[in-house]
Amino acid sequence: MRSLHKISLLLLALLFIIGTVGCAPQQASGPVTIHVLTMDQAGLKPAEIDEIAREFEAKNPDIKVNMEYLGYDFIHDKITTGMAANPPAYDAVMIDVIWPDEFIKAGYLLDVTDRVTPEMKSGMFPASWNGVTRNGKIYGMPWLMDVKYFMYNKDMLEKAGITDPPKTWEELVEQAQAIKDQGIAEFPIIWSWNQKEGVVCDYAVLLYGNGGSFVDASGKPAFNSEQGIQALEWMKQTLDDGLSNPSSVSADEPAVEADFLAGKSAFAVNWLFQYSDSNDASKSQIVGQAAFAPMPVFQAGIDAGVKGSSVDGSSSFAIMATTPYPDQTWKFLTYLASNEVQMKYSKEMLPVWQTDFEGDALKTLEAANPTNPVTVPAFLAQFPYANERPTVPYYNEASAALQLAIQEALTGVKSPKDALDEAAAKWIELAGK
Amino acid sequence: MTVKPKPFRKQRFSLRQQDARTAWLLLFPSLLVMVGVTLWPVISTFILSFLNAPTGLNQTRTFVGLGNYLVMLRDQLFWETVGRTMYFTVVSVGLELILGLAIAQLIHSRPWGWKFLRISLIIPWAVPTIVNGAMWRWIYSADFGALNGLLMQLGLIKHYVPWLTLPNMAMNLVIAADIWHTMPFVALVLQAALATLPEDLEEAAAVDGANAWQRFWQIRMPLLRPAILVALIVRTVDAFRVFDIVYIITSGGPAYKTLTITYLTYLNSFAFGKQGIGAALSFLISAFTIVMALIYIRFLYRPEETQ
Repeated sequence: MRSLHKISLLLLALLFIIGTVGCAPQQASGPVTIHVLTMDQAGLKPAEIDEIAREFEAKNPDIKVNMEYLGYDFIHDKITTGMAANPPAYDAVMIDVIWPDEFIKAGYLLDVTDRVTPEMKSGMFPASWNGVTRNGKIYGMPWLMDVKYFMYNKDMLEKAGITDPPKTWEELVEQAQAIKDQGIAEFPIIWSWNQKEGVVCDYAVLLYGNGGSFVDASGKPAFNSEQGIQALEWMKQTLDDGLSNPSSVSADEPAVEADFLAGKSAFAVNWLFQYSDSNDASKSQIVGQAAFAPMPVFQAGIDAGVKGSSVDGSSSFAIMATTPYPDQTWKFLTYLASNEVQMKYSKEMLPVWQTDFEGDALKTLEAANPTNPVTVPAFLAQFPYANERPTVPYYNEASAALQLAIQEALTGVKSPKDALDEAAAKWIELAGK
Repeated sequence: MTVKPKPFRKQRFSLRQQDARTAWLLLFPSLLVMVGVTLWPVISTFILSFLNAPTGLNQTRTFVGLGNYLVMLRDQLFWETVGRTMYFTVVSVGLELILGLAIAQLIHSRPWGWKFLRISLIIPWAVPTIVNGAMWRWIYSADFGALNGLLMQLGLIKHYVPWLTLPNMAMNLVIAADIWHTMPFVALVLQAALATLPEDLEEAAAVDGANAWQRFWQIRMPLLRPAILVALIVRTVDAFRVFDIVYIITSGGPAYKTLTITYLTYLNSFAFGKQGIGAALSFLISAFTIVMALIYIRFLYRPEETQ
């Protein structure tokens, strides 16, 4: 009996040792694998990015790329948890334009200033570099230049006897009412007003289009000004009048797209990806019907000198500070941002290279994909009016307070003024910490 | 030939002691794992709850004493969240218990197809919560949801209703999704308990003239009490910590009307980078669940009945 015990104990110990050895990190021999996290939402589709990764691997046999995709709303928290491990779960991650301050403060991002070549620096849009540059140091590689666009359904407007898309939000209300009255669409407008970052983006479009801003010159919150309150009141009014789809209050950008592509909405505010999807017969019931117009603004905004309004939704790729493979990762990011790749995959994401929008290169770009003759002019018309959200390390919490305020007003829990005042007080509290 | 017994003293350990020693040795690896993955995180989280600990690498952590706890206990949002979580717990566990008991009784009475019923009961329970959440989010979808489709076809609504944007409705809809998912657990626990109850007691009572209602309340329910206690404690603790289903269906919206206490913990720990606050919240959740378990035990646990 006792010897049996001994044998079983020995076996157990052996198992344990084998298990522990199995867990030990393997020495890098052969190709290095880098892990990259990005979004499955705006910009390129996972299948396209996978394709780029395979092309890269073919050219660089010593590097393997393991891509991971997530919906936008899940990425921030995945990055913070991924950084708790050492080495980190990811060697590079996609970062939204609102995150660099927080992540730099947390020490997550590798300073890549010395790796950026003069050609990259001068060739890509200055705005794309601004998104990843703090105090003269560069923390990422530009990847996606995006703004919110105003899209409408040509056929629906035509059916309602409307010849031109709206130039002001007031005109939009008139047109939407006409479309509703004629029974062409029950709820003519769809937005991403769920309690996530999407609602802050849509609010930014309206706030700046009314001559308002998030913060004043001294950095104090200013969205609870007259302009900000009016913009929010207008949002609530369009819901009450049945012009904005009530499901907007729980919709994110993919839900907006689903509604617009199903032919349920005449107007939608969304990122660029919605346009190419609208012409994809496997997803869309409105092939050939979507069109861009410059984002409307409020009449009061025009009176105050506002010429256009949108919101910057660009993103970049950053290398994690603790990665064991910064060189290999940078090589991959350089490939992702290369003119060759960005030109080839410009159907859902226009290049970050300013040089592609000038002279002969512009003709090449317009010919690169069938949708480009439409999207390139739309981008050039909208991009100059892209407004930035505040660049502060506590942005996420500040944004959450504003998301709550907007939702409270939209669901009738609080008045727009009270809700925005409370959010502004929260911003002041956060700034003081 | 006489066998000389071994002198008792020479044996270093009694047989019982030897067994215990081997048992501990065999248990040691799993105990080590448990200490590593359960005890140590609990201790480190406890320490964290007294620190101001921003997320990040090489961040300075400062001792704030009970600061994190006090910040939360003085925060109106915290108490609103506790109230909301209580509502979720009471309503979902209450309905699960009533429905679960009813279904357990039904199965116990062996109607036609009861085996099929018992097996099909497992299906919702076997569906991962995340999948269940995604499924119900689609059912509730304003434009494409099955709920709107059904109600329209029945003529109960004239327009599609954006269910998840209604501040007073959203939590109830999350509760409905949770009940669908976890009620089978309660039903199966109670059904298993029913199967072990002695039938002669009820038969004797019937002979004595007790009607079905009296037999249920006077005989069956007291005997079921230990099983109900187990189901209640497990489900209450689980429900109070509800997170995934809320995360998927509503993400706490609209206007935080479905924000539960674990979601608040998650927001602080991961979205806002306040790990100290998040740790304090975790311990507050534990305190609440322990209090609830104690209340149950105080009112439902009768040791003499379980023997």
